[in-house]
Amino acid sequence: MFKKSMIPLALVAIIAVLSLLVAGCGEKADSKELKIGANFEMTGGVATFGQSAVNGIKLAFKEANTGGGILGKQLSLVVADNKSEASEAVNAATKLITQDKVKAVLGPVTSSNTLAQSKIAHENKVPFITPTGTNPKITVDGGKVQDFAFRACFIDPFQGTVMANFASKSLKAKTAAVYIDNSSDYAKGLAEFFEKAFVAAGGQIVSKEAYLAKEQDFKAVLTKIKATNPEVIFIPGYYQEVGMIAKQARELGITVPLLGGDGWDSPKLVEIAGAAALNNGYFSNHYSSEDKDPRVVKFVEAYRKEYNQSPDALAALGYDAAVMLIDAIKRANSDDPVKIKEALAQTQNLQGVSGVITLNAEHDPVKSAVVIELKDGKQVFREKVNP
Amino acid sequence: MELNSFAQQLVQQLINGVSLGSIYSLIALGYTMVYGIIRLINFAHGDIYMLGAYVGFFCTSILGLSFFPALLAAMAVAAVTGIVIERLAYRPLRHAPKIAVLITAIGVSLLLEYGGILAVTPQPRTFPAVFPARIYTFGGIVVNSQQIVILAVALALMVLLTYIVQRTKIGRAMRAVSYDTDAARLMGINVDQVISFTFGIGSGLAAAAGVLVGIYYNSIDPLMGIMPGLKAFVAAVLGGIGIIPGAMLGGVIMGVVEALVSGFISSTFRDAAAFAILIAILLFKPSGLLGKNIREKV
Repeated sequence: MFKKSMIPLALVAIIAVLSLLVAGCGEKADSKELKIGANFEMTGGVATFGQSAVNGIKLAFKEANTGGGILGKQLSLVVADNKSEASEAVNAATKLITQDKVKAVLGPVTSSNTLAQSKIAHENKVPFITPTGTNPKITVDGGKVQDFAFRACFIDPFQGTVMANFASKSLKAKTAAVYIDNSSDYAKGLAEFFEKAFVAAGGQIVSKEAYLAKEQDFKAVLTKIKATNPEVIFIPGYYQEVGMIAKQARELGITVPLLGGDGWDSPKLVEIAGAAALNNGYFSNHYSSEDKDPRVVKFVEAYRKEYNQSPDALAALGYDAAVMLIDAIKRANSDDPVKIKEALAQTQNLQGVSGVITLNAEHDPVKSAVVIELKDGKQVFREKVNP
Repeated sequence: MELNSFAQQLVQQLINGVSLGSIYSLIALGYTMVYGIIRLINFAHGDIYMLGAYVGFFCTSILGLSFFPALLAAMAVAAVTGIVIERLAYRPLRHAPKIAVLITAIGVSLLLEYGGILAVTPQPRTFPAVFPARIYTFGGIVVNSQQIVILAVALALMVLLTYIVQRTKIGRAMRAVSYDTDAARLMGINVDQVISFTFGIGSGLAAAAGVLVGIYYNSIDPLMGIMPGLKAFVAAVLGGIGIIPGAMLGGVIMGVVEALVSGFISSTFRDAAAFAILIAILLFKPSGLLGKNIREKV
C-alpha cells in the first residue's frame, strides 16, 4: 500500500513512463510504414457497412504492398471504430490524427459521421476520403469547397433523382409517399432531391413522414401512409430501420413498391425484414457484383478469394477510395498530408471498380448508378443510369 | 378523408397503440412495484428488459427452445439478475440519502448497457421465427397474430401479478411493507426478503416484455432499453407511481396516445407528446390518474 505522500510521486513516475512510450510510438511512424487511418462503423447500427468498406480497403492495400508498396514504404491501416455514432466519429478521428499521426483518413461510411469528422480533419490539415458519404455538404458547405474532404461515390442529388425517375418512368407511378430518417443528413438529402425530381416528372407527393434512428414501432405512421394510397413509398434510410419498416408495412397489407438508396445494401436488411417482405423493393446503388465489366469481375474474384463472400457496394467503394488515395500519394511523390490533398483534387480518369473516377471542382466523382431489385432476398441488377 | 376510412384508420391505430401500450405496461409494472416498496426509481429497469430480450434470443437461436420455454427462461434469468442487483447495489445503501441510491441506479443502468455492448457486441440481432406471423384482415383492419400473443401474454401476466399481490401471503407482505416498512418489520415480516421478491417479479415482467418485443420487431440491441424504459417510467407516473393498476392503465394510454399522435398529427411529435404527458401530469395531478393526494411524510 502507498502512503499518501507517495501518491504524487508515483503519478509522476507513471506519467514519465507513459510519455516515453508515446514518444517511442512517434519515432516508429518514420520508419518503413506509411500510416493511413480508417474511421469506420465497425459496430453499431450500420456495422456491416463499415466492415465491408474496411475489407475493400485492406484488399487494395494488400495489392499495393505486394507490388512493393509506395514511396518505398508499406501501407499500414490503423482502424478506429466509431460505433455508428457521430460523437464517436469525432473521437475516432481525433485519435487517428493526433495520436496515431496518420497521413490521411479513409471513412466514415455515413454522411452524418463524415460531417462530424470534417472539422477535425480540417483543423489538423489531414485529407480524408469517405467511400460512401453521399450528402453534398461533405465537400461543399455554404458555397465553399471543403479543402481536405473527398469522396469516392456519387452525391445525393444524383441518387435521389435516379430513384424519382425510376419511380415515374419504369414503375409508372403518379403518387409517392416519402418516409425519412429524421436523424440522418443522408436520408434528408435523398428525400429532398427525390421529391424535386418526382414532382418535376409530373408526380405528386401524397404523404411525408419521418422517424428517428433506433425506433422500433412504425405501424402508426405506416397506417397513416396507407390511408393516402401512394403508388410507391420512398424510404431513404439505413437497413436496420428500413428492415423493420418493410416488415411492418407488409404486415399492414401495404403491397406497393418500396424504394430506397444505397443505405439498403446489407445482408441484414433481408434478415430483419424477411425475404418475402422485400419483394417489390428497389434501391439505387453504386455498383452491382453481377456487372459483367472485366474490372468488376476481377475485383469480385479477388475479394471472394480473400474473404469468401461476394463484395457489396461498400466493399467496392472502400476499395476505390483506397485506390484513389494510393494514386494520389504516388502522384504527389510525398506522404505530406497537404501534398496528398493537392494530388487528390487532381484525380483524373482513374479506373475504379465502381466506374471511372474523375473528380470535379467540388471534389465529387461523376459516376453512373445502378438500380437493384430485391427478389426473394436476392439482389437482381435492374438498370444502369449515367449522369 | 371520408368518414368510413377515418373510422377504419382510427380502429387500426387503436390496435397498434394497445399492442405497443401493453409492452409499456409490463415494463411500467416493475418501476411502480419497486417504487411502491422502497421509493426508488430503478433506472436500470429498462436494461433488465434488454437483458430479457437477449436471454430469449440465445434460448431460441442457440438452445433452439420454443416460445414459452424461452419466455420462462428469460423471466427467470432476469428475476435472478434483478435480485442480485438489489442485493449488491441497493441494499448497502438502504439508509443512505435517496439521491445516492438514484445515482447508483443510473450507474447500474450504464453498466448493463455498456457491459452488454462488450459482451454481445452492439450489432443488432434478429430473432429466429419462433412462431409464424399470421395476418388477419377484418374489413380493412389488419391484426397480426403476434399482436394477439403480446396482448394475451401481457394480460395473463397482469392477472397473475394481481393474484399474487392480492391473494397470497407474500403479496400481503408486499402491501404491508409498501404501506409502512417499520410497522411491517415489527410485525415479523422479513422486509429484505420482500424487497428481493419485488425486484425479482418486476424484473421478470420486464424480461417478458423484452422477449415479446424481440419477436414482434425482430431486432434487438444492447441500447434498446433506454427509450422504452423512459416511456414506461412516464407510464408509471401517469397511472400513479406505486399503484399497480395505474401502471397497466398508464402503459396502455401511452401506447394509444403515441399511435394517435403519429397517425393523425405528425410522427415527429410522437416522443414530444409522450413527455408532454409527463409534464402535464406532474403539473396538474402529481399523484397520477389513480393516485390519491396524500401529503408525503418529510
